[in-house]
Amino acid sequence: MTGSTASGTAHGSAAGAPPAAELRGITKRFGPVLAVDGVDLVLERGTVHAVVGENGAGKSTLMSVLYGLHRPDAGQVLRDGREVRLSSPLDAIAAGLGMVHQNFRLFGSLTVAENVVYRAEPRRFGVLDRRAAERRVEELSARIGLDVDPTARVDTLPLGVRQRVEILKALHRQAEVLILDEPTAVLTPGEVDSLFVVVRRMAEQGTTVALVTHKVREVLEATDRVTVLRDGVVTARLTTAETTAGEVVEAMIGRGLVPAVNPRGAVSGEPVLEVSGVRMPAAPGASRVQDVSLRVSPGEVVGIAGVSGNGQRELVETVVGLRTPEAGTVRLHGRDLGGLGVRERRGLGIAYVPEDRPGVGTAAALSVADNLALGHHRSPPIGRRGRLSPRAARTQAAELVRRLGVKTAGVAVPLSSLSGGNAQKVVLARELHHEAALLVVEQPTQGVDVGAGEEIHRLLLEYRARGGAVLLVSYEISELRALADRVLVMLDGEVAAELDAADATDEVLGAAMVHSAGATGGGER
Amino acid sequence: MDVLNLAFVAAVLTSAAPVLYAALGGALCGRAGVFNIALEGQLLCGAFTAVAVGWWSGSPWLGVLAAVVSTAVFSLVLAVGAVAWRADPIIVAVGMNLLALGLTGFVMREALDATGTFAPSGLQGLPDLDALDGVPVLGAVLGRATVLVPLAVVLAVAMSLWLARTSVGLRLRGVGEHPEAATSLGVPVTRYQMATVVLAGALCGLGGAQLSLGTVTAFTENMTAGRGWVAVAAVMLAVNRPLWVLGACLLFGAAEAWGFRLQGIGLPQQLTDAAPYLVTLVVLVLSRVRVRRRLRAADPVAAENAAHPEEIR
Repeated sequence: MTGSTASGTAHGSAAGAPPAAELRGITKRFGPVLAVDGVDLVLERGTVHAVVGENGAGKSTLMSVLYGLHRPDAGQVLRDGREVRLSSPLDAIAAGLGMVHQNFRLFGSLTVAENVVYRAEPRRFGVLDRRAAERRVEELSARIGLDVDPTARVDTLPLGVRQRVEILKALHRQAEVLILDEPTAVLTPGEVDSLFVVVRRMAEQGTTVALVTHKVREVLEATDRVTVLRDGVVTARLTTAETTAGEVVEAMIGRGLVPAVNPRGAVSGEPVLEVSGVRMPAAPGASRVQDVSLRVSPGEVVGIAGVSGNGQRELVETVVGLRTPEAGTVRLHGRDLGGLGVRERRGLGIAYVPEDRPGVGTAAALSVADNLALGHHRSPPIGRRGRLSPRAARTQAAELVRRLGVKTAGVAVPLSSLSGGNAQKVVLARELHHEAALLVVEQPTQGVDVGAGEEIHRLLLEYRARGGAVLLVSYEISELRALADRVLVMLDGEVAAELDAADATDEVLGAAMVHSAGATGGGER
Repeated sequence: MDVLNLAFVAAVLTSAAPVLYAALGGALCGRAGVFNIALEGQLLCGAFTAVAVGWWSGSPWLGVLAAVVSTAVFSLVLAVGAVAWRADPIIVAVGMNLLALGLTGFVMREALDATGTFAPSGLQGLPDLDALDGVPVLGAVLGRATVLVPLAVVLAVAMSLWLARTSVGLRLRGVGEHPEAATSLGVPVTRYQMATVVLAGALCGLGGAQLSLGTVTAFTENMTAGRGWVAVAAVMLAVNRPLWVLGACLLFGAAEAWGFRLQGIGLPQQLTDAAPYLVTLVVLVLSRVRVRRRLRAADPVAAENAAHPEEIR
């Protein structure tokens, strides 16, 4: 049944048929804010179409209109040339649209097959036909070249596989236009590549894909057409094959990109951080760490590369005092930190920007001022003999917000009202305020738009220039190249390679990480 | 097989049945994403209505029917308050428990003219399963029980299958786990949750009826005596899985039956009455310690922060 529908639409595309989906003159305001203003978007059948822009440019709003989550104040939505009225995502699903949200909407305790068929279940005599559901998943995954075990529980799967489940969910509901909202934000480099292969395969089979992203590299790598948004209006319509990164970036931010300058500073003095022979056994939910040693000197950024889940998180948590290693030592300025907890280590000069910003890095419901006071609340001027001074916290927060250029409506608003980039700047401001000797950073620009990412890189390099030592974990090769003086590649809990930044080309790093990707793929099962 | 042991099994099942009904209702609510701690009040409501209507009509079966209907209606407080109006389910449920306790005592005094215990001579209990007399094993285990006892066990198994093997069961599991995702696929979350809460009320009505027309034939003020809370503990221990709920309730029933035995050898009643609660406490603590220890090995950060470590896998 599905096969015939798919082939029918494939035929239609041959003879100048109407576009699979089209937005005409879409305007949408939220209160006083004009989110999108008269935007036209044409998604030709069987193409991969990038919708790019910085955070707040209106791309999410536009996709929400296309998927029936928001009703536009003006404008039309067309499917196959006919106007459709979408008052909810259900209407959108019925009209053959599908969307993979940035935060997956999956049921963790259910199996892959159960998630895919949910509310569109194959039934036999009123009873859920599990085998038919599993066959359906296998058939759909085979069609677009995915490898997914239909009987696996979703919460046991890595994020990349969960995303495939979301895609299968949309395909099971016969989606002909698939919206992928920032699909690579949660993926490792290897997973990104295989996602793009799948996207390409779907397009060949007649599915139209709208890829929402703010990463220029992905636009150039994976798409056919590009529509660039800035401040709610279209600033460029490009054909990928005929454009350049510079052109896209300029349309996105309205000026050329000035990459953070990374003059390799002279590394001097005794190492700030010395990790030697740290090991940790593999445990459920944690990777092993085997005999890792490294040192970070003042004025040096040491980058840790590798596919996520190869022991980077565990290593970092050992350094900051969240985990106790089975063997090995961590020294700061030559002092053994064994047995010291997080607070003591912070007092001795370790600052930490964790990867999980909403969960670990910040308290989203608290105000910006409170978030900036966290960790400084036991010492003057904010804390004095167990009493807090909210006024001192606000004063300090106002100063930090000003100095780092955090865009916020004030220091009393909840942190959750800030964009990803600005929230990350708050975390950085708090941690840099220590003037700690060592800064441990994980994924500093994850979920942060291009402009803010640039500023965050500059802040980190300034910290280094003042003589700070940085241990940087990142899954983005470009970020490591922009910031690090030396790069260590972690592979299955070991340091597989150590490279000078000058030698750490995409090819060399990529090769080490692809190698490690194969190793973990076997290990995770 | 030893008759004494079979008699013990019979006692376990009879003790477990009221708790099992309530716990199954609680587990169903948990699966739908509504944390129901009103089980105590719902059981009490069922127990009272069963006796009052059973006595008034002269038919214990009408009493059971009335218990089911009245407790389902009583559950609308939770359904409307916590689901439709989005009030805190804990607060609504605490109110329901206090209301049930006060209201049953009040109505008993005012309408039935009794204080403490209501056991008029005209009150008939539910009949035993006399038909099973003479059947080996089954006769000894269920012959002196009401039909509501085996029904509870059957319902536990049926509920487990229903959740796992039907599309409605699948949707219900999804509703509780990730309501936004269920909504985005077109499942009416509020309707599912309200229906589940009312259905759980009906189950509690059966449990209450078994307590006041099966286990004994009387209504006593606060006669549930914490059974609803033990059911809440069983639900949490079993993480909303019906078959595990069955196991937890059988454990509780065994403790109670064992308590009666200890009375027989001369231990004071106050002490033996505490046995089931003691067992519940010990099992709850042990399960927590075990889960947390396993989790600590895996992820120390999450282990310290998790309020419900057993939900992390």
